[in-house]
Order: sequence, then structure tokens, then C-alpha cells
Amino acid sequence: MVRRKLIQFLTTLLYNGNLPGFWQGRLWQGNSKSVCLPGLNCYSCPGALGACPVGALQSALSGVFLRIPFYVVGMLLLFGLLLGRLICGWGCPFGLVQELLYKLPVPKLQRSSFTASLARLKYLLVVCFVLLLPLAYYLFTGVGIPAFCKFICPAGTLEAALPLTAVNANLRSSLGLLFGWKLLLMLVILAASMFIYRPFCRFLCPLGAFYGLFHRLSLFGIKVDMAKCIHCDACMRKCLMDCRKVGDRECIACGECRSVCPAGAISLGKKF
Amino acid sequence: MRFFIFLAAVCLLLAGIMQQQPLAVLRKATTICLECIGIG
Repeated sequence: MVRRKLIQFLTTLLYNGNLPGFWQGRLWQGNSKSVCLPGLNCYSCPGALGACPVGALQSALSGVFLRIPFYVVGMLLLFGLLLGRLICGWGCPFGLVQELLYKLPVPKLQRSSFTASLARLKYLLVVCFVLLLPLAYYLFTGVGIPAFCKFICPAGTLEAALPLTAVNANLRSSLGLLFGWKLLLMLVILAASMFIYRPFCRFLCPLGAFYGLFHRLSLFGIKVDMAKCIHCDACMRKCLMDCRKVGDRECIACGECRSVCPAGAISLGKKF
Repeated sequence: MRFFIFLAAVCLLLAGIMQQQPLAVLRKATTICLECIGIG
């Protein structure tokens, strides 16, 4: 699906269009950064033109004055309702990085009931690291922490930490154990991406977990015409995610199943 | 159901804009997030 790769590259460029930021080591200061991007893209990436919705959500929950994050939640609902996990399949830079690594000619670990069980981990991560930990820390100490960004997010390490510390000696001199842990985690995920299809998206991504909740409701995505479907299961044999059926909450609407459907029952586009 | 979620999304967005929450997002997003890069 060359067209999908092209769109993934274009959205990566669109999200991170502030190219001078990479060699200047400075963040884009424009007003566009008040708008959340639909995919997982660290707002401390020097190229980032928008805000990360997961980061912005945690920031609101862990701020000096705790406020209900109406704005960020409203944006997330809108993205989920419009596109759902289509964003994962077509508009996420970190998803693209994992897919490119998966193309390397090494043995692959196929999906199984174990990987399907592991896919539930990302829901636990949303609840614990994105919602509860920032809130609990704030309630107990008066200061919040963006726990997912701080302890887990590999997109932040790849897109922000590495480019910024590469050009900024002051930041480099401040690196310690926490960076070491995040770097290790990022390297493990990237290494795993060579053998496992999109491991972060399937098992850890809180945004994917959230958007997956809209799999029945999203206006655009993938759908099966049950009148044409002959239940041959060719789609599931092709699928690299942990889907049980096309368009379920694990489906990223990549459309790979479309190419193998003998009945032409699968389509990408509007679902209404 | 879609309509209600859309309505909720719009209401939340408007409530957030009235509370100047986009400004808070902008402030956060234009400063290097030390937690995100593994320092803070």
C-alpha cells in the first residue's frame, strides 16, 4: 500500500514541519501549538507544529491548579468520532517508524492469543499512567507528574530527547538515570518492531487505546459489506494487528485486508 | 449516539476555550518538556 506510506510520510512532515528547529535546537513558538495533533507526536519535538494530546491531557491533570481538561478531551472526542484508529494507520509518525523497522528481513513473531491478551495492557496504561498517577501524585504532593510522558513515551525520547540533546550541551549535561531508562525502553520497542508488527501500538499506546473505543462510532474508517462477505477469513489471515474482525477496536484501518478479500467486501472511507 | 458525542465534543471544546485552556496548552507546548526528554 504505497499510497498509505506516502500519506504517513506526509502527515509526519505536516506534524513536524518546523525543520529549522532540529538544527537550532528550538521549539516552534507559533499559535498552532495550542492545537492538539491527532497522532502521538511529542510537543517537545523541535519540529512539532502542534501539541501532543496525551501530553496536553496529563499536563492539565498535573498542573499547579488542577482543572478539568475540557479542551483536550473535546479534541480527543472529535478526533475519535471522526477518524478513530484510522489515525493510527495513516497519521501517526511513531507508527510509521515501527512499520519501517518491520520491513527489515528478520524472522517475525506472528500474532497469537498471547499477543491478543497483551493488547489489553494499553488500556491499563491509560488508566494508570495517563489518568490516575498524575491525579494521585497531585493530590498527595500538590505537584503533578505527566507519568506516561515521563516514564514511558518512546515517541518523546525519539522525537524530542535525542534531537534536542544532540544540539544542546546544557540539556546533555543534565541527562541522568531517567533518560537512561527512557532510552533503553525506546531501543527495546524499536528493536522489537523489527520482529513484531507495531508492538507499541498494539500493547502500549494510550492514544490507540482511546481511539479504539470509537471503532463502531467513527465516521471514517474501514467497513465490511456483510452482504458480499463470504466468511473465508482471508482478511484475518492477512491482518498483522490483534483484530478478531475487520474494524474492531484493534484495527488500525490500514486496509491490507482489502487487497486479499476475494469478494471485494472491504472498503475504506466513510462508514455512514 | 454519534450526534451526542459530537455535541459533547463541541461543548467541551467551547468550555475549554472559554476557560482559556488552549493558552495553557500553548504555554506547555512551546516550552521544552523536561519530563518528556527524560530530565525532569
